[in-house]
Amino acid sequence: MERPDLHPAPPGLGPETTPGEDALHGEQMVLNMGPSHPSTHGVLRLVVTVDGETVRAVKPYVGYLHRGMEKIAETMTYTQFIPYTDRLDYLAPLSNNVAYIMAVEKLMGITVPPRAQVIRVMCCELARISAHLLWLGTGALDLGAATVFFHTFRERETLYNIIESLTGGRLTTSYPRVGGLGRDLPAGWTATVRSFVDSFPKVLDEIDALLTGNTIWMQRTQGVGVLRASDAIALGVTGPNLRGCGVAYDVRRTEPYLGYETYEFDVPIGGQGDVYDRYLVRFEEMRQSVRILDQTLRRLPEGPINIDDPKIVLPPKDSVLQKMEELIQQFMIVTEGFEAPSGEVYHAIEAPKGELGFYIRSTGGKSPYRLHIRSPSFISLQAIEKMAVGGLVSDLIAVIASLDPVMGEVDR
Amino acid sequence: MVAGPYIEPAPRHDLVKRLGEAVPGAVLDVAEFRGEITVVVDADRLVDVCRHLKEDPDAAFEMLNTVVAMHFIEGDYEHEVIYQLYSLSKNHRLRLTVRLKPKEAVSSVTSVWAGANWLEREQFDLVGVQFRGHPDLRRIIMPEDYPDHPLRKDFDVEGGPTSADADGKPASPGWRDMEHA
Repeated sequence: MERPDLHPAPPGLGPETTPGEDALHGEQMVLNMGPSHPSTHGVLRLVVTVDGETVRAVKPYVGYLHRGMEKIAETMTYTQFIPYTDRLDYLAPLSNNVAYIMAVEKLMGITVPPRAQVIRVMCCELARISAHLLWLGTGALDLGAATVFFHTFRERETLYNIIESLTGGRLTTSYPRVGGLGRDLPAGWTATVRSFVDSFPKVLDEIDALLTGNTIWMQRTQGVGVLRASDAIALGVTGPNLRGCGVAYDVRRTEPYLGYETYEFDVPIGGQGDVYDRYLVRFEEMRQSVRILDQTLRRLPEGPINIDDPKIVLPPKDSVLQKMEELIQQFMIVTEGFEAPSGEVYHAIEAPKGELGFYIRSTGGKSPYRLHIRSPSFISLQAIEKMAVGGLVSDLIAVIASLDPVMGEVDR
Repeated sequence: MVAGPYIEPAPRHDLVKRLGEAVPGAVLDVAEFRGEITVVVDADRLVDVCRHLKEDPDAAFEMLNTVVAMHFIEGDYEHEVIYQLYSLSKNHRLRLTVRLKPKEAVSSVTSVWAGANWLEREQFDLVGVQFRGHPDLRRIIMPEDYPDHPLRKDFDVEGGPTSADADGKPASPGWRDMEHA
């Protein structure tokens, strides 16, 4: 896809300055932005030093949404922690669930059956589309393009209905389990997803027509908030923010999990690392997610959704009600949990925001000794200084929107 | 917009050998679990090790993925700090571990990877590890006047001060209200 450019991008950071403009700069002012500010998408506080309209320094303060998740994980069984992962990146809970469960399964040495793998891929891609739609709607709204918001939220409603019929919850899904899934697909669910997959690309085309070639949108985003690839790599930025700089790093491609190596999809990258590139990358990712969803629907195999291990997986409900052995099993798994071997693992997946990794140190027993969440938003936020300094205050809004941080996973 | 190529992960066992040759005496132990390699390195040589791993073209760890510290009550050492590295160009990962005795600090790796700044601040804040030479070692997640390091194993989840701060009064206003209640 060719990138339509309004004008050649400026060579350095920020807007071009005309000679003599510096003489106009005077006293600097410190501006507090947040923690409650509509454009910060959560409780992010920025202390901005401005010189007129130009940003001279940005200091982010995080932690307002800290809930001590890593500490909580040490006090409960592996299964009990699943609902907490919903509340990390609360725009893509299914993706967090899968990331956590896969780290535990790596620790346990479990591989789930093919049907469960395909359903998990569906979960991840539905979550990615849903998260990107929210980013697109609110990001455009921040820059004054209100129409897009209604288009994206209409589609998100469809997605939430799909997710609700699958998991029982719209936001707090807690769907996968160690060794498989909480429940199988409900009747008629694949048909709903199929109709979404068929209709959604047309909506994307509509939004594409609203924004991509829109002169105002291009002026607000092109050459704004430039992040160089070398800076992004040094800071550990991942996901669409890194791909916008032209680095084709996607965990689905580099370290495939859940059989991602067998799906056909492209990894979109940008070239200039500005807000517009990150917009194009995320936009194209939604199209690629639809492609992957289409393939999952075609290949969805029959078969079990859980591994055959009564020490880990709950027995079927009807046999719990009728058989003593299964009743005891269910009681033991629910009350005691299962034992994990001692060891340490790090497992990362490509979440909508970037590389979401879980590090688990186990010393044996039913809960982790230490659990650490490598959240992509926390690490991406560090780059805000590189992107915003030298630009205008109004560009800072575009920069925050294009970074797409979710404070739930920044503060954990 | 192009499709990124799939890079076969390179074999990694030779990296540890090369590391041992380049920074003699730095590698204390090597462990492998579930296909992941963990190298225990000498805390005093950590920055040399990291610089070598970043600059050696066969290792090329351009990216520091995350830093995890953990606290131990029993045993020879008090803290373990883990560095999860990733190489974009070679597509492989490596985990470094340093073990710290009580009161021992570890050198900051911010000079090697700029992104270590927030990662180390977080572990200092939550676990209480001191990073020597860090440009800006302040709390990041907890409030600035918070007295404790909540991810320490002796942290009382019920709310009391830890043994380390047994006689110091917590500074947060919320605590004072609770004392009067």
